[in-house]
Amino acid sequence: MKIACLFAALAASLVSAQELQQAAGVPYEVRHVQGNVYMFASTLGNIAIQVGKDPGHDGVLLVDTGPARLRNTILGEIRKLSSEPVRFMIVTSPDADHNGANEVLLKPASSRNFQTQSDIALFAQDNILQRFSRAGSGVPSDAWPTLTFLDEKSFAFNGEAIQIIAEKNAHTDGDSIVLFRGSNVIAAGDIFLTTGYPVIDVQRGGSIEGEVKALNHILDLTVPRSMQEGGTMVIPGHGRLCDEADVTDYRDMLTIIRDRVQDMLRKGKTLEEVQAARLSRDYDRRYSTSSWSGDMFVEAVYRSLKSK
Amino acid sequence: MIHAAFRVPLLLAILALAGAPAFAQRGMGFNPSGMWTAMYHEDELERTDPGAPVGDYLGIPINDDARLRADTWDGDLVSVLQHQCIPHAAPYAMRGPTGLKITTVNDPASGQIIAFIIDGSYTGPRTIWMDGRAHPSQFAPHTWAGFSTGVWEGDTLRIETTHIKAGYLRRNGIAFTDQATLTEFFDLHDKYLTLTTITEDPNYLTEPLVRTESWVWNPYQVFTPIAGYGSCLPVPEIPRPYGWVPHHLPGTNTVLQEFSSEYGVPFEASRGGAETMYPEYRKKLKQMVIPHAKVFEVQFEQEHQKKAPDSSGAKQ
Repeated sequence: MKIACLFAALAASLVSAQELQQAAGVPYEVRHVQGNVYMFASTLGNIAIQVGKDPGHDGVLLVDTGPARLRNTILGEIRKLSSEPVRFMIVTSPDADHNGANEVLLKPASSRNFQTQSDIALFAQDNILQRFSRAGSGVPSDAWPTLTFLDEKSFAFNGEAIQIIAEKNAHTDGDSIVLFRGSNVIAAGDIFLTTGYPVIDVQRGGSIEGEVKALNHILDLTVPRSMQEGGTMVIPGHGRLCDEADVTDYRDMLTIIRDRVQDMLRKGKTLEEVQAARLSRDYDRRYSTSSWSGDMFVEAVYRSLKSK
Repeated sequence: MIHAAFRVPLLLAILALAGAPAFAQRGMGFNPSGMWTAMYHEDELERTDPGAPVGDYLGIPINDDARLRADTWDGDLVSVLQHQCIPHAAPYAMRGPTGLKITTVNDPASGQIIAFIIDGSYTGPRTIWMDGRAHPSQFAPHTWAGFSTGVWEGDTLRIETTHIKAGYLRRNGIAFTDQATLTEFFDLHDKYLTLTTITEDPNYLTEPLVRTESWVWNPYQVFTPIAGYGSCLPVPEIPRPYGWVPHHLPGTNTVLQEFSSEYGVPFEASRGGAETMYPEYRKKLKQMVIPHAKVFEVQFEQEHQKKAPDSSGAKQ
């Protein structure tokens, strides 16, 4: 064991990682993914930023607007990438950490310190508008989607085709993924995370079947460059930049845990019995967090399957 | 007698000659560039064919979580489209078939070596940066080869690798996660190159896993890369349900005992764990019931048949 500790100490001492920038105590960086797409990555979540190369014609498109506490930093970083106005925003989830700057960006140009501003469209699955506009939602009307869709919305912007695809009942009932066809990048929202298990929010229409289906759909859209690496890059809702192999690893894990829970359900086991079996334990060290533990995830899977 | 006019230039020339090798090799133990042919004298059956049997976890310091992961692994996974072209990742790659070609990347201005490229493994070319650059941030993508930096420690090249995609430590389901890191040491003994690899995984290993591999210098080696662009294209060979992921439910894998009974290894030992790495474990083994090894039974039978006189009477 002493030798083990020595090795660990030696290994830790020589590796220096690239330093991240800090905003409000949150580490972040802006990373060029490929083509027109950049990733604002922080420990609070990720945003995809698409910028055009033709001044006066193109603009900026955002997938999610990030948490409210980072909005000034995010807007500042967008300005470093492009002086063109933000013209489109797409929201992949109803969660607050994906919608924190909606309101600011949708306000008149004068208050945003941005350049000339035509209409900004905020796309989202229709369920998000319904959820935001409910009495007591707490979401100001300035932050609501201005354009909604049920299944899919496609348009061209910044010289490439963009597809927004509703992934029904995955993390919630309002999830979407965004495919930048020219840049060969997918923004997956909270359907795919590298920081933990997906938060299957059964109360808001999420389900394990929808989650697995959405991941399989992402795998249908991705094409690796070679040896199951590179090619279509996938920006997760939280965590590091990924490709098809990483999504495959995540899909496999969720499928395996779903099958284990399903098997116990078929045998008539209760939630307590399912949890006592610790069906996710081979993945818990990697994916269980204090805010969304393996037990919580398995309970959500159980409830989701039970309600079918 | 050297003329005074020549003394100073001569002295400078001697100093320059003496200093040149020191400058050229500053901080560098040896130059591993060249062709290296793999030697499989260590763990040959595991590293080549047939590969490690299912249920053989001996000598790997896995925890219970990794053990469950391996117990529920199904070899049919490689038939899934997204798995067909997955190569060995860095913690395993150098153990596979690896006739190496090692080259350098030189700074065009100074001529200094800024990286070594190690090619020949299933992972494909692997770059070891020698210019002191930092590893990427936590948001950077992971690759099968990972991101490697090297430093010379005397005559040993020490390599640190991070940002590795999740993969396997043994080709029978013993997995490592994407949080695993590698520390490696290249040493040269005459014409033999030895790599010592230390794998650490905070999720699946209770202690570092230490393994070694060796190569022999072979300038006549015909180098054929076994990984590269377009070298693998997934093909649906067997009809499978959409999104199918083969695996065994916990407690249902019926072949886990096979390694133990085939090779005469106590089942408890076959389950692996840190203690099975150390020589002291032999004392514990002596307290266990050793099953009869069926594999040797078959082998002896085959050898016996070879030695038996041919029934036709024909001379060999």
